[in-house]
Amino acid sequence: MEQKKVVMDAEGIDRSLIRIASEILEKNKGGEGLVLVGIRTGGVFLAKRLQGKISGIEGKEIPFGILDITLYRDDLSTSHRKPRLGKTDIPFSLDGRKVVLVDDVLFTGRTIRAAMDALIDFGRPKSIQLAVLIDRGHRELPIRADFVGKNLPSSLWQAVSVHLTEKYGKDEVVIEENI
Amino acid sequence: MKLRSKDILGIKELSLEEITLILDTADSFLEVSTREIKKVPTLRGKSVINLFYEASTRTRTSFEIAAKRLSADTINISASTSSVVKGETLIDTAKNIEAMNPDIIVIRHSAAGAPHMLASLLRQSIINAGDGAHEHPTQALLDMMTIRTRKGRIAGLKVAIVGDISHSRVARSNIHGLTKMGARVFVAGPATMIPRDIEKLGVVAYSHIDEALKDADIVMMLRIQTEREKENLFPTLREYAKYFSLNRRNITLAREDCIVMHPGPLNRGIEISPDIADGPHSVILDQVTNGVAVRMALLYLLTGGSNS
Repeated sequence: MEQKKVVMDAEGIDRSLIRIASEILEKNKGGEGLVLVGIRTGGVFLAKRLQGKISGIEGKEIPFGILDITLYRDDLSTSHRKPRLGKTDIPFSLDGRKVVLVDDVLFTGRTIRAAMDALIDFGRPKSIQLAVLIDRGHRELPIRADFVGKNLPSSLWQAVSVHLTEKYGKDEVVIEENI
Repeated sequence: MKLRSKDILGIKELSLEEITLILDTADSFLEVSTREIKKVPTLRGKSVINLFYEASTRTRTSFEIAAKRLSADTINISASTSSVVKGETLIDTAKNIEAMNPDIIVIRHSAAGAPHMLASLLRQSIINAGDGAHEHPTQALLDMMTIRTRKGRIAGLKVAIVGDISHSRVARSNIHGLTKMGARVFVAGPATMIPRDIEKLGVVAYSHIDEALKDADIVMMLRIQTEREKENLFPTLREYAKYFSLNRRNITLAREDCIVMHPGPLNRGIEISPDIADGPHSVILDQVTNGVAVRMALLYLLTGGSNS
């Protein structure tokens, strides 16, 4: 049996992103020294949208990069299926910058651990902050997000997916029961 | 998606999907080599043995750099400084290496099929870095990556491969790969150096370079092994250079936007004139850069959990 429930619609996602953009600027006292890095694949579209919203408020573009964390995963030697490797594209220095990592769903925290290791190979950021659209709990590492769109308590057997227009044709967050 | 085999023995054994997976993965790895810290932790704790029974600078260094950039440990064994000179057989050497439990063995050997024999005897992944006149799969993969990057596609392109086709594992691997990817392949060389049944591999053979070069998108020159002169396969190197070198005159037969490739090492002034090797059409050094990325991709795709 599989049940699908929409827990956030297009307006909800947009309102969350507007709030997160404002919170990022509030916490960092403006856009100075700020860069956005989206984690492949879900975080990339969200980071791109946040970039648009922040430049709408600040009136200037802040740098945006793409990070693929595959090479930093901790399960590569145990899983026999290789995740498809995507391109990393961070065309600017991270030294001294305030980096906001962007992902769609925060779950175990392992992806974020890998992303932080990867970022540090690119330089020495002044700080790393984390923005996620959904925090579904069940952390396995001591990691928390600085900016959260929606806290969504979930069970381990549920699947939480963020669907975005850029890939799925419409914006929605769905929770599925996989029994 | 994963590779079907634990080994990379030849292009002939790879499917179009597998080749595409390797090239896509290699495209992503290209970026790692441009970083200030050119190392990712992916293969931490894995070891790669480079077992080279034939001289090599480019290929061995490329494999070593690829493994090191993935954080694997590399051990290089060359025949001239190993117990091979004491008369140890390949199987015994391989069994001893296996007992030390590496993860991947990269082998180059003058005997065709040597990597295949190791692959069937050992549980480790074997990568063929060139076996006799048989195959050199990583060279063909880096060539295909270079073509795809420069031209955006492989299918439909006209590729001319010129030189000693009979003895060239580079030619054989490229013919398998390029025809599989949908390119049209034309070969040219002295009649003594074109295998009689070469057209069964889906290529067109010529004995004049000009015919193969006509409208080519890609010109792939092969290294002539100068010792072949003694086997009377061509009269003199000078005559070979006169009839089969790529130069300022005959390159005009190829398309204006053609790219010129060579697997190295170059015999300047014999199969390729220096002004062409260093000229605007040449992508010879791109090939070397892409070689590291292709080998990183293979090491990444071949290591991992059990194939349960």
